[in-house]
Parts: sequence; C-alpha cells; structure tokens
Amino acid sequence: MPDLETLRADAVPSRTDRAGSPRRPGGRRTRLLTRCVALGYVLALVALPVISVVHHTFGNGPGPVLDALADPDFLAAVRLGVVVSAVSVALNTVFGVGAAVLLVRYRFPGRRLFGALIDLPVSISPVVVGIALILVYGRQGWLGQHLEGWGVRIIFATPGIVLATVIVSLPLVVREVVPVLQEAGTEQDQAAQSLGAGALQRFWRITLPTIKWALAYGVVLSLARCLGEFGAVRVVSGSVAGESQTPTLFVNDSYQEFGAVAEQSAFTAAFVLMLVAVLFIVLIAWLRPKEHS
Amino acid sequence: MTVTVDRLPRRRAGGAADGRMTPASALGLGVGVLWLSLLVGLPVAAVAVTSLEEGVGGFWQEVISQEAQAALRLSVGAALFAAAVNAVLGTLVAWVLVRDRFPGKRLVEVIIDIPFALPTIVAGLVLISLYGPQSPFGIDLVGTRRGVVLALLFVTLPFVVRSVQPVLLEMDRDVEEAAASLGAGGFTVFRRIVLPTIAPAVLSGTALAFARALGEYGSVILISANLTGRTEVSSAYVLKRIEQGDTAGAAAVATVLLAVAVLVLVTLDLLQRTVTRRA
Repeated sequence: MPDLETLRADAVPSRTDRAGSPRRPGGRRTRLLTRCVALGYVLALVALPVISVVHHTFGNGPGPVLDALADPDFLAAVRLGVVVSAVSVALNTVFGVGAAVLLVRYRFPGRRLFGALIDLPVSISPVVVGIALILVYGRQGWLGQHLEGWGVRIIFATPGIVLATVIVSLPLVVREVVPVLQEAGTEQDQAAQSLGAGALQRFWRITLPTIKWALAYGVVLSLARCLGEFGAVRVVSGSVAGESQTPTLFVNDSYQEFGAVAEQSAFTAAFVLMLVAVLFIVLIAWLRPKEHS
Repeated sequence: MTVTVDRLPRRRAGGAADGRMTPASALGLGVGVLWLSLLVGLPVAAVAVTSLEEGVGGFWQEVISQEAQAALRLSVGAALFAAAVNAVLGTLVAWVLVRDRFPGKRLVEVIIDIPFALPTIVAGLVLISLYGPQSPFGIDLVGTRRGVVLALLFVTLPFVVRSVQPVLLEMDRDVEEAAASLGAGGFTVFRRIVLPTIAPAVLSGTALAFARALGEYGSVILISANLTGRTEVSSAYVLKRIEQGDTAGAAAVATVLLAVAVLVLVTLDLLQRTVTRRA
C-alpha cells in the first residue's frame, strides 16, 4: 500500500508551479508507484496462481493430461454439468424475461419485495442456499416428506442440483434486462398495439429485439455461474462419482483423494474449467458494448 | 448491481403502459410468485423457522456455542479485513486502469474478471498451487488464517474495481484540472474532488465484497484445511453441522449469515436511493 503522506509530499507543487503544466515530475513518480502497486497486487493475487495451475497441470507433459481427460468419471461429470447448466439457464431465461417485464411495465402490491427476493440469492452463502433447500425438499423437509410419499426425490438427486443452480444464478438475467426495458419505454409497444398487434406478436417483434443483447449477456453470465457453482451443489448433490458429480465437485473430490493420479485429475479438470471461464470473460467483454448501442 | 425498479415508463391511459395488470400479466405474476416462493421464499423461511424451533434462547445458545462463535468471528473478521484491503487496492487498480496507459492493459482487464468467472473450488486449487505446500516461493499458507484471508482477497478483488471503474470513466476531468491549476496537489485533488465522487461506488463495491466474503465456501475450503476452532469458516461450520444431523445448529448460524446478507442488501438499497436523489 502506498504511503499517502509520501504521495502528498511528492505531489505538492512548488509555488512557481501554479500556472505550470499538469505534468509534474512528482506526478509521474506517483503514477509509476500506483501502477506498480496495482499491477503487483493483481499479479501476485491472480495472474501468478493461474500460471502456476497451468504449470502444475502440464508438469509431466501432455500424456497424463490426456489420460485424465479420458477418465469416464470426468466425462460423466462434464455431461451432468452441461445438462444441469442448460436446464437452469433455460429456466432462468424464461423467468428472467417474464419477471423483468412485470417489474418494469406493471405496478402490483409487493413489487419491491418481488425484486428484492430475486436479488437475495447471490448475496447469501451458497452453503446456506443448500441447507435451505434440504430443510424444504429433504426427506424430512417441509415439502420433501410429502414428495417422498409420491416417490419424488429432489435432494441427493439431479433435480436438487438443478434447483440449487437455478437459485444461485436467479437475478443474472433479470438484472440485465430491466434497465434496457426501462430505457426503451413503451411508445413502440403502444404504437403496435394501436395498430392491432396482439400481446404475443408485440413480444416477438418489439420487446425481444429490444432486449436481445442484454438477454444474451445475461444468459452468458448465468451459464458461467451455473457451470462453476460449487457450494450449493456440494450440499444437495451427495456427489457420487459418475452419477451426481458435477465438474466442480469432481475437482474437489479428486483433490481430497490425494495420490498423484487423483491430483493430476483435479488439476486437469480445474484447468479445463479455467479455460472455459476465460472463454466466458472474452465472450462477455465482446457482448458488453453492444448492449448500449 | 441490483435490480432497481423505481422508475416506471411514462404513464398513459390504456394498455400496459399505465401499469395496471391485465389478465395475462396477472397469470404471469402468479406463476412468477409461485416459482419465487418455491425457490427463495420457502427455503429462506425454513432456515429462519428451523433456527427458532427451540425459541430465541435455543437459537442464541447455538450461536454462542464455542465452535460456532469461533467460526463466525473468523468469517466476520476475515471478510471485513479482505473487504477493507480491496476497497483501497481495488480503487487503486481501477484508477490505474482508467487513468494510466501501459502495454498489456487489456490483459489486466481480463485478469481482473478471472475471480468472478472462475468456479470457487478452482480458485481454491489455484491459490493452493502457488501458496500451498508446493509453493515455488516457499510460502505455505495451508491451514492458516492468512490463507483464509488470501482466498477472500482473491474472490472479492473485482467488486470494488468494477464498481469504481465506470464512475471514474464518466468523471468530468475539467474540475480536476481547474483544481490543479489553482495549485492543488495530486493528493489534494484526489481527496477533495475524486474521492467524494467515487465514494458511493467504493462503498457499494466494498459492501458487496463483504457479503460475498462472509458466506464464502469453495475458495476457502482447500487452503483453510478446515481446522475446527482455528480456520473453520462459518459456511463450513454450517455444512459440517447439517452433515452430522444437527439441523438446529446449522440453521442458527445459517440464519445469522442470512440476516447479515439481508442487512447489506438493504443498506445498499438505501445508499443507492440517497445517491439517486442527490443526482
């Protein structure tokens, strides 16, 4: 951390400097210092550890990495992760667009509470989300005990994993769509309505084209969040290899197993997830400016 | 970063624009409310109700039990510390990204987002590979509280950076130049002009970082080694309790975490309102 008093001493201009140029030698020194501190922090905290994982993964050449990638448990985990994420994102997209339209265009009692409840899940601990689900949908839960009687199992099964994933990514689509809808207003919609367009037609022809980039952005954000969810899923899944293990659980379980092969599996899976994450960042950065145009 | 629903589009008579519900929208609202209740309302209520099954006294006994207290203290302390450090360094990073020019800036932009996009367990593995037993620098933080703080610093890095950056970008630099031409030094300009402008953004980023750090599990669990009473964070304690079948103990600490999260959200909402009103 830069010593602010030193910065101040550096930056105080001499009296003759008053009308002078803003490029003072002290300013340059300050700038160099802030740059070094900022970059050094980011480097030590994020960049170096990430490089170290790549190094760890490929430390013994590409052979063990390829073996780890072909591990049936890993492949099963990837399959489950993709299915769970696809279902969760689909559910959240439908809910997100509907909720955004309701929040922006209608007034109803409890509207603010509705918005607040959508927002809540990302701020609470994923483990608490998992526990909450167990208390409602577990075998002895509020609803779970009845569902069990009908032969429906949610916790320690795929529906539980989907529920947990849906919750932790709940507001991501809504948050992106709401401001765009607000900005767009309702003039076009009204014009279309006065020309006789039905509600569905107005949605496909006017609302959807308006929000498409915001929606795409929200969907990509959700997808990244869903694929990477760990805490909530860890609580409700039971994590049986090849069955209820998502990619993130696979990383955890492999690492806990110890032994060189298991460690290689953990690092390889982590490396794959990291690549996907970086891919998402690039995609998100590419989508971002389009939203404003 | 929150869903704000204060402003309605211009009102006119007829159609949806006056905000009145139509039969179709009422149906949609019904489905939405039901879905939200099943996903969020009911589960949150279940945690709160379960924690109070033995009355307020029972709840309090669970929260102040030695192990729960240690876990909560660690989580609150480490989260406060990490949020404070990132409030300062995050602002600095945002400043450098907006005002400085250097080669590789776009790469740094990508690196800043990594903690957001990386699955938490991968973040844990990433940290342990550099600051664990096989550390090339000989820094082994496994099983230490410093390790917990490191993980929290990692996952909360982008919050302040990303909330301050847009405000800095939109700032009018004329005022700063005017102040500088009147003889204000670099630090004075920062303190008197830049800081008041970005303060709400710094605060809201810090609050979000704190909320995130308080409940963090995935990134912490590997490097903390989860030592009872020493490096066991609150979320790990909750998980352990529920796995041991102690629902009451798990629900009590989960309720505390929930309450703090709600408190942070409400504070942020108030902050946002004040700022909007002033603008």
